[in-house]
Amino acid sequence: MEATVSVLIGLFFAVAIYLLMSRQLVRILLGIAILGNAVNLLIFTSGRLLREVPPIIPEALQVPGETIANPLPQALILTAIVISFSFLAFLLVLAFRAYQELGTDDTNEMRVAEPTGDVRPPQGY
Amino acid sequence: MAAPDTAVDLSQAMRLEPVLLGDWLVVAPLLLTILGGALCLITRKNTQAQPKIAIIILTLLVLSCAGLLARVLDQGVVTMVAGAWLPPFGIAFTADALGATLALTSSLVALAVAVYGAVDIDRSGRRYGFYPFLLLLMTGVCGAFLTGDIFNLYVWFEVLLISSFGLLVLGNERAQLDGAVKYAILNIIATTLFLIATGLLYGIVGTLNMADIAIKAREIGMEGPLVTVAVLYFLAFAMKAAAFPVNFWLPASYHTPRIVVSAVFAGLLTKVGVYALLRIFVLLMPDARAALADLIALVAILTMLIGVFGALAQTDIRRMLGYLVISGIGSMLAGLAIGTTPALAGAIFYAVHSILVMTALYMAAGVMRALGGSYSLRELGGLYGANPTFAAVFLMLGFAVAGLPPFSGFWPKVLLVDAALVGGHGWIAASILITGLLTTIAIGRVWVFAFWRGGAEGTPDGYEKALAVPDPRVSGAGIWLPLGLLLGLIVLLGVQPEFMMQVAGRGAASLGEPLGYLRSVFGDAIQ
Repeated sequence: MEATVSVLIGLFFAVAIYLLMSRQLVRILLGIAILGNAVNLLIFTSGRLLREVPPIIPEALQVPGETIANPLPQALILTAIVISFSFLAFLLVLAFRAYQELGTDDTNEMRVAEPTGDVRPPQGY
Repeated sequence: MAAPDTAVDLSQAMRLEPVLLGDWLVVAPLLLTILGGALCLITRKNTQAQPKIAIIILTLLVLSCAGLLARVLDQGVVTMVAGAWLPPFGIAFTADALGATLALTSSLVALAVAVYGAVDIDRSGRRYGFYPFLLLLMTGVCGAFLTGDIFNLYVWFEVLLISSFGLLVLGNERAQLDGAVKYAILNIIATTLFLIATGLLYGIVGTLNMADIAIKAREIGMEGPLVTVAVLYFLAFAMKAAAFPVNFWLPASYHTPRIVVSAVFAGLLTKVGVYALLRIFVLLMPDARAALADLIALVAILTMLIGVFGALAQTDIRRMLGYLVISGIGSMLAGLAIGTTPALAGAIFYAVHSILVMTALYMAAGVMRALGGSYSLRELGGLYGANPTFAAVFLMLGFAVAGLPPFSGFWPKVLLVDAALVGGHGWIAASILITGLLTTIAIGRVWVFAFWRGGAEGTPDGYEKALAVPDPRVSGAGIWLPLGLLLGLIVLLGVQPEFMMQVAGRGAASLGEPLGYLRSVFGDAIQ
């Protein structure tokens, strides 16, 4: 189970990195969304994948009687999902506003903050 | 259902003794800033009251951080755990000399920025949340400095990141949106890398508590996936700290927001990245630091030199200062690359110095704009005639950033160069000295063009162009108090460095030999 999911995570990362290298802002945002999900899956898998085994310790025992999935990574993912969701929401608005103001979503043409052909620094006193 | 008979020994799971009153200081910075942020949010439309609330809260923050530092110096590392659960299960807040010093310095800078912002940020900027964002940014910064849990560190990074987005786009100008896109995307990728590394690390050591990781990673040594984790952490925090070659978000964005926002960013954000590098590579994974030392040294040298060359080639003062921030990051990384206790102390001292001086320089750039009407070295001129005192202040700040005595930049460079020579890292020592020289030239250029020259470019020699009437706010206490506070601290650290040396030494020692840190978290049983 873990091996299969690991391959899936690898695919997620590959797709995310491919999209992040793009010049189009929308594709970069898609890349970030997929990257976030890849990370969530990664943490999920690192806590063991088991179905239908509740992480409950029987009354007489000190430790679980059978192998259970670690619940902590799942709690971490919940945090990470909330954070990456809110960041993505912010980024979408930011990208839309940038597109409105700058008239382009091509990162090569987004040069307002760092104009090409800017005045050169003074050469002499 | 009757409750089963459970005579549980709670002392196995919890700290039963009540928390000492002084230990609450560990979480006081977070409580203060979150509550203050909420209060400022409630009073969002009352633009008159907001600065007052923020200044009061930040003054309390300075006091609580100073109290925390005094306590740490007096009694050693202080730990407090969430819900009183014993570590590693309860989320720990652990303040050592390093974290407490940086928290105190940051809160001083934030206070100065809040006062300056009362003049610099107009009513609409306040309504859009300058003060709530500033206070929540401080929550993130203080949380990152004081937490003892690596996932918690990730959360604080996100808190400070989202607040910094809000500050960055304050004003909604075209250049700001452009800069914010680059800043936001690259920083989110960096924190995602941090999260990946943390997930993998948890998979290997099975714990998130920093003290626990420190013990377990030392047992494992530098084997297998831990190398990958270390490299991922290095990449993530190098991006956060704007080290070469992942520094491009900084010069693209730091000159776009309001000058006071640039000031707080330049002071705090990159230093949190450096702090995380120190924490992870010295306390948690010393073997990783040793294995990656050559790489870190190379990155440090390139960051120093690329930063200062970039600074020499700028027309816009704010962009020049952005490159100087990057160059300073290189010096701190040099301390990490050398790795001995004096070198780490140098890096910590440098971080404190850099927080103060970069904020002060951006504030000074704001004053230059108010006096001369521009940030461009081609258009500025005659500022010496306009305000000789300010010319002297700028020159002092410039000497400080270049590392000339008797200012705060001198001593950390002495520590770093000495440690580099003792450790046989001649290249690092040479780079630090060359960077200092080039920084002096970069600052000298600004001073000659903006202050010494009679007017804008092309003004004939000896002719002094009368400046337009300066912005009346420039002469007010709202500008001079914060600038004076920071300058005073910079001079104080320069002429009386013993205290800071001692504190930085304590911080470095507790990173390198973490017994005190571990005992504070796990009790005295740890050997």
